[in-house]
Amino acid sequence: MIERLYAWIDDRLALSRGGRTILNKIFPDHWSFLLGEIALYSFVILLATGVFLTLFFVPSAHEVVYSGSYAPLRGTKVSEAYSSTIDLTFAVRGGLLMRQMHHWAANIFVGSIVVHMLRIFFTGAFRRPREVNWMVGSTLLILAIFNGFLGYSLPDDLVSGTGIRIAFSITESIPFVGTYLAFFLFGGNYPGTSIIPRFYILHVLILPLLILGLLSAHLGMLVHQKHTQFRGKGAREDNVIGSPLWPVFVAKTTGFLFLITGVTALLGALVQINPIWQYGPYKTYLVSYAVQPDWYMGWLDGALRVMPSWEIHFPGHMIPNAFFPGVLMPGVTFALIYLWPFLEEKLTGDRAEHHLLDRPRDRPLRTATGAAVFAFYFVLFGASATDVLANYLSLSLNFVLWSFRILCIVVPLVVFPVTYKICKELQATPGAGKRKRPNIVIRSEEGGYEAVPAAQYPGYVHDELEPVPIDEVDVKAALVGAEPVSDGIYRIPREYR
Amino acid sequence: MTNQDTATTKFKVRDQMPDDSLHSGDGAGGDEEVIPLSAAQMQVAASNLLRAELVVAVCFFLSLLGFAGFGAAYWQGASDIWLGTFLGIGAVTFGVALTAWGKYLMPRGPFEEPRKLMAVKPEQRELVIGDFASRGKVAIERRGFLFKIMGAAATVFGIVVAFPLIRSLGPVPDKQLDKTKWKKGSYLTTLEGKRVTVKSIDVGSILTVFPEDDIGGALSQTVLIRLQETGDIVTRKGRETWGPHGYVAFSKVCTHAGCPVGLYEELTQQLLCPCHQSLFDVRIGCEPVFGPAPRPLAQLPLYVDGSGNLRAQAGYDEPVGPGFWYRGGTT
Repeated sequence: MIERLYAWIDDRLALSRGGRTILNKIFPDHWSFLLGEIALYSFVILLATGVFLTLFFVPSAHEVVYSGSYAPLRGTKVSEAYSSTIDLTFAVRGGLLMRQMHHWAANIFVGSIVVHMLRIFFTGAFRRPREVNWMVGSTLLILAIFNGFLGYSLPDDLVSGTGIRIAFSITESIPFVGTYLAFFLFGGNYPGTSIIPRFYILHVLILPLLILGLLSAHLGMLVHQKHTQFRGKGAREDNVIGSPLWPVFVAKTTGFLFLITGVTALLGALVQINPIWQYGPYKTYLVSYAVQPDWYMGWLDGALRVMPSWEIHFPGHMIPNAFFPGVLMPGVTFALIYLWPFLEEKLTGDRAEHHLLDRPRDRPLRTATGAAVFAFYFVLFGASATDVLANYLSLSLNFVLWSFRILCIVVPLVVFPVTYKICKELQATPGAGKRKRPNIVIRSEEGGYEAVPAAQYPGYVHDELEPVPIDEVDVKAALVGAEPVSDGIYRIPREYR
Repeated sequence: MTNQDTATTKFKVRDQMPDDSLHSGDGAGGDEEVIPLSAAQMQVAASNLLRAELVVAVCFFLSLLGFAGFGAAYWQGASDIWLGTFLGIGAVTFGVALTAWGKYLMPRGPFEEPRKLMAVKPEQRELVIGDFASRGKVAIERRGFLFKIMGAAATVFGIVVAFPLIRSLGPVPDKQLDKTKWKKGSYLTTLEGKRVTVKSIDVGSILTVFPEDDIGGALSQTVLIRLQETGDIVTRKGRETWGPHGYVAFSKVCTHAGCPVGLYEELTQQLLCPCHQSLFDVRIGCEPVFGPAPRPLAQLPLYVDGSGNLRAQAGYDEPVGPGFWYRGGTT
């Protein structure tokens, strides 16, 4: 039955041409390749839970008197956005779970993109021919952060409203066009009533479409260029070693999708996130203590905090303080991220194609640079908690802030040489990073000591088998009957064009 | 080769190549090629098949229970905690089972796939470029004028489409950021709409006030502080009459990122912005003494009228809140 159905479709779409190549596509077996899959699957969860939420959420700043099922808020004047979020949380069965899963999945989404990106960076997977995909991935990170912020802002609670106010201030800080941009974005002066419907359409339609499109391009390029792989038995620049798509990878990856869904569901059920009913509705003149954005905005918030109180004044004009940490710093950050493959190519003079990955230790300069830069952002991230830390550790706010101002300069300066040194040491140590056998220390009759490696447990060492070619699809074979035009070049027969 | 059932399997890796005729599916068949893989390759990774199968089966069974539990919990109207826990247990065990199946009970490999370098041979590229250029020559170069006028039309189209789209999004800022609704004689009014008098608040406390025609206004919000029982507060030269009866009033919009500067420390007479911890010293005109805020909060000049109401002598003498390009001057 299925076979006949397939034959029917196949006769019309010719799936079998190339279909076998797809079944045989090889996926390298390395845990670090799962990081991107976490991002992919948390995006799937975001879409599924997000669609559910759109059915109940009302994107409107229109003020209503709350009269829903959450008693403590009854009689309060709130926006429809806030009221509908409270209602979908408490009055819709499974609503709270969906909302919390959505929020957790968003945090996991951005987090896995960042870790995935670090893996790509430290193993040199961004090198030729994958520079374009590196940039597509970086764009996906920006979009993920933006869309996370938009979604976080939608419930119009006290904490997220404060975030929107800061976003307005950062937008208006841009020289020349800032105030215009802010007014066009908000439909007038802050706060206005347009921002929630606008953020909504951006959050549920425009940015998801962009993410979906770029994600397809990201994966399309991955399939077309095939995976990178680590050096190992049989791994060469001109092959890929691992498990075939069907059935091994399909089983594993589908299992992984369920695993991530399950973990997100457990988090959504058991770990509270963004309890907006406790924060209360947003009022422009109210603010609460320990106002913090979601974690992926932490580096920006931290930068806003540690920035010294400088501004640039011209006659009649100025560049406000918030511009430097709020616009310039992230701008420079992402410019550097986009340009890194080319910078590195320039610095090393290495313009060759690479499909084998580097071990981070073998590229000490890159690794040390990456570690130092990451350390900088990590300190900024920590700086977004100055008030909480001061309170928790009973230190003065002054001391904590100055510590972070100093740390964000000192830590990268320390991390760079230390990482560099560690890389060099690891390079020089034979067998470093490999599993070691315990030593048996024997004392000789003269009183000397001798260390002898203990006998191996059977099966203790991971033995790799020789890889076996499973397919040899090449242009020559696919173009049966084609005549070579010149050495290695085939002209594609008409019916295949 | 051993006699284990997995070891004798042949992994079918090649079947029929696509026929070069247009009828690729007309059953030409025949030269199906099967490469026998080594026994080790086809063997599964599990050292104990029975145990691996058992673990997978148990996990699938648990996932069945989990999903069923989710259904039951939903049916019974249980809390979200139960819904999520059952869903989570079901999905996690299902995921573990499927992953373990793939990892331990399917051909272990590793398998190899050839890869071609991405770099294209120059001759191949030249064919494409040649085609593109030669056809383009016919189409465009000989009709250079048409191409140019088309380009002009398309550019104008792009501009006129983009401009109204952006322009429709909102009004231009104009002077909206420079002025608040405070003006000469404005009554200081609470959120509830009550006019504030000299007796309204105690020494050491604060109150958020608005002009009567903009209650709750984001830019107009002002923090009124009573520093002492009587006497004028002079925060700065030239502001001798701005703080009557121990009262001073400052814009509540932080000069850093616009958050409401809502926390008052009575002991040090400082205002703290809870967003990025800028501290403003009220006594010296809310000069920032700590944190990223670059400018003092704007001060509202007050006076007390005949019936004891607190009123504004004038509006703010500078734009309140965070900076922007068209904001001139330091204060």
